[in-house]
Amino acid sequence: MNGPNLRAIAAIYKFELHRFRRTWLTGLLVPVITTSLYFIVFGGAIGSRMTEIDGIPYGAFIVPGLIMMSMFTESIFNASFGIYMPKFTGTIYELLSAPVSAMETVIAYVGAAATKALIVGFIIFATAHLFVDLQVAHPFAMVGFMLLIAVSFCLFGFILGIWAQGFEQLQVIPLLIITPMTFLGGAFYSIHMLAEPWRTITLFNPIVYLISGFRWTFFGKGDVGIEFSLLFVGGMLAVCLGIIAWVFRTGYRLKK
Amino acid sequence: MASIIEIKGLTKSYASGFQALKGVDLNIEEGEIFALLGPNGAGKTTMISIICANVRPSGGTVTVAGHDIIRDYRGARSAIGLVPQELNTDQFERVIDTVTFSRGLFGKPRNDAYVEKILRDLSLWDKRNNKIRELSGGMKRRVMIAKALSHEPRVLFLDEPTAGVDVELRRDMWKLIGELRQTGVTIILTTHYIEEAEEMADRVGVINHGQLMLVEDKTALMEKLGKKTLSIMLAEPIEALPPELADWDVALKAEGQEIEYLFDTRAERTGVSSLLRKLGDLGIGYKDLNTRQSSLEDIFVSLVHQEKAA
Ligand SMILES: Nc1ncnc2c1ncn2[C@@H]1O[C@H](COP(=O)(O)OP(=O)(O)OP(=O)(O)O)[C@@H](O)[C@H]1O
Ligand SMILES: [Mg+2]
Repeated sequence: MNGPNLRAIAAIYKFELHRFRRTWLTGLLVPVITTSLYFIVFGGAIGSRMTEIDGIPYGAFIVPGLIMMSMFTESIFNASFGIYMPKFTGTIYELLSAPVSAMETVIAYVGAAATKALIVGFIIFATAHLFVDLQVAHPFAMVGFMLLIAVSFCLFGFILGIWAQGFEQLQVIPLLIITPMTFLGGAFYSIHMLAEPWRTITLFNPIVYLISGFRWTFFGKGDVGIEFSLLFVGGMLAVCLGIIAWVFRTGYRLKK
Repeated sequence: MASIIEIKGLTKSYASGFQALKGVDLNIEEGEIFALLGPNGAGKTTMISIICANVRPSGGTVTVAGHDIIRDYRGARSAIGLVPQELNTDQFERVIDTVTFSRGLFGKPRNDAYVEKILRDLSLWDKRNNKIRELSGGMKRRVMIAKALSHEPRVLFLDEPTAGVDVELRRDMWKLIGELRQTGVTIILTTHYIEEAEEMADRVGVINHGQLMLVEDKTALMEKLGKKTLSIMLAEPIEALPPELADWDVALKAEGQEIEYLFDTRAERTGVSSLLRKLGDLGIGYKDLNTRQSSLEDIFVSLVHQEKAA
């Protein structure tokens, strides 16, 4: 065999999507139901009191944050389970023994997890239309941003799955770090609404830049400049790729 | 003839500091069945896992079909099929899907006819649409063999293929391995059972404490194993062996209450009856007789003794 093992990428990608398909109903219902709940609670109860943020109706304002939040957790969960499960059940022996490069492995697992995260992102986007009037200022940028986010967080999830030595560790990072950071990162408010010093402190939260950037693709403006957002997404992508390269070079936690 | 696998100076120290392999040199010839024998913890799985890229070597080199397992991993791994010791399967996948998946993973184009042939050969065709968790342990083992064969490997590793398998299934497994060898696949298997090596292997390697203690043709090894020990429980203990018994390979045991005689079962004259006659002539009475086949363990013991003496 010469050149990249494209068939292996296809095989793993198919396997992973098949794994998702086994639970497709919950996979689809969960985002639809959570989105609806958020609209009912935040949009209905709170939104009626604070009608507009930066000239955007509150219901529409929270849509980018909602999509981002679900995509963060979906990406991390799917990608981390994808590589953790074979480790846990022992079926990883086959992957390790196969003529598959580290790069091909990452492309396949991250590709599959990112695909699912994107589907969930679009489902939420569609569900949101049922509740609010939405115009997207930069549709291509929006899709591109979703893609970048999905890939970055799936890479992060993949690293987590390789590092984790128990199911608890898989849950801890998304639930105890990413979700709080998302809530505090302006998913449901503009950081301009915060008083100092919280506003400055919030700027140290990288999630702020991601949500702000995604909001920019919807409304043409965000909490921070779009160039900062792109810098953070690019930076995150680069860091994750760097860690992955290192993980595979050292065989860290995959081989004894 | 070029060997299909060449192992040179292979060592492995685990992260714990434990040295599982202490410099193994071994060549495997194309088309042979090689049985790796050794007690628990000898290093059999470690050695296989290194060749199959599940464990990183600490030192030494391995080539498979001429490809270095690290520098040219694609070439090396393409040639290998691995059936590990543990039964690790994707419980929720269907049999046919998991075998098709393996073929793709190894970069081979889809070939339904070939997959069907393997499943039929392994008596799994009727179960092809079953989820793996619905199968028995023996069937799962065969699914793993099917996965390993799905990409037409030149070398097949079977790590304890008959562990935890009933007698009938073990026979089936032996038959299957015999048939596989007819197709030209080189087979390396590990086992604890000497009769398994006896039944199938062309060559046998004995490994203990991370060292290959011997590699021999099965026939040569069987000659060593063909020895039996006759224990003669004496009626009255004796002080020393009478010089008249010098013609036999005898030793005095259990404080003079027992004579042990080592003989070759394949020899034309085992010397058993003449020894017993001689004892009668000498007036040495006995109350019980007992013969015992030399076991793998005896070989280990004698090998370890040789090692210490050297
Ligand atoms: N991951 C590990 N970390 C530390 N030591 C290990 C590890 N894996 C195996 N060992 C040790 O290395 C030695 C060889 O183990 P190995 O699994 O190769 O033996 P084996 O010959 O296959 O035994 P068995 O017949 O029981 O399968 C054992 O002493 C074992 O405890
Ligand atoms: Mg073993």
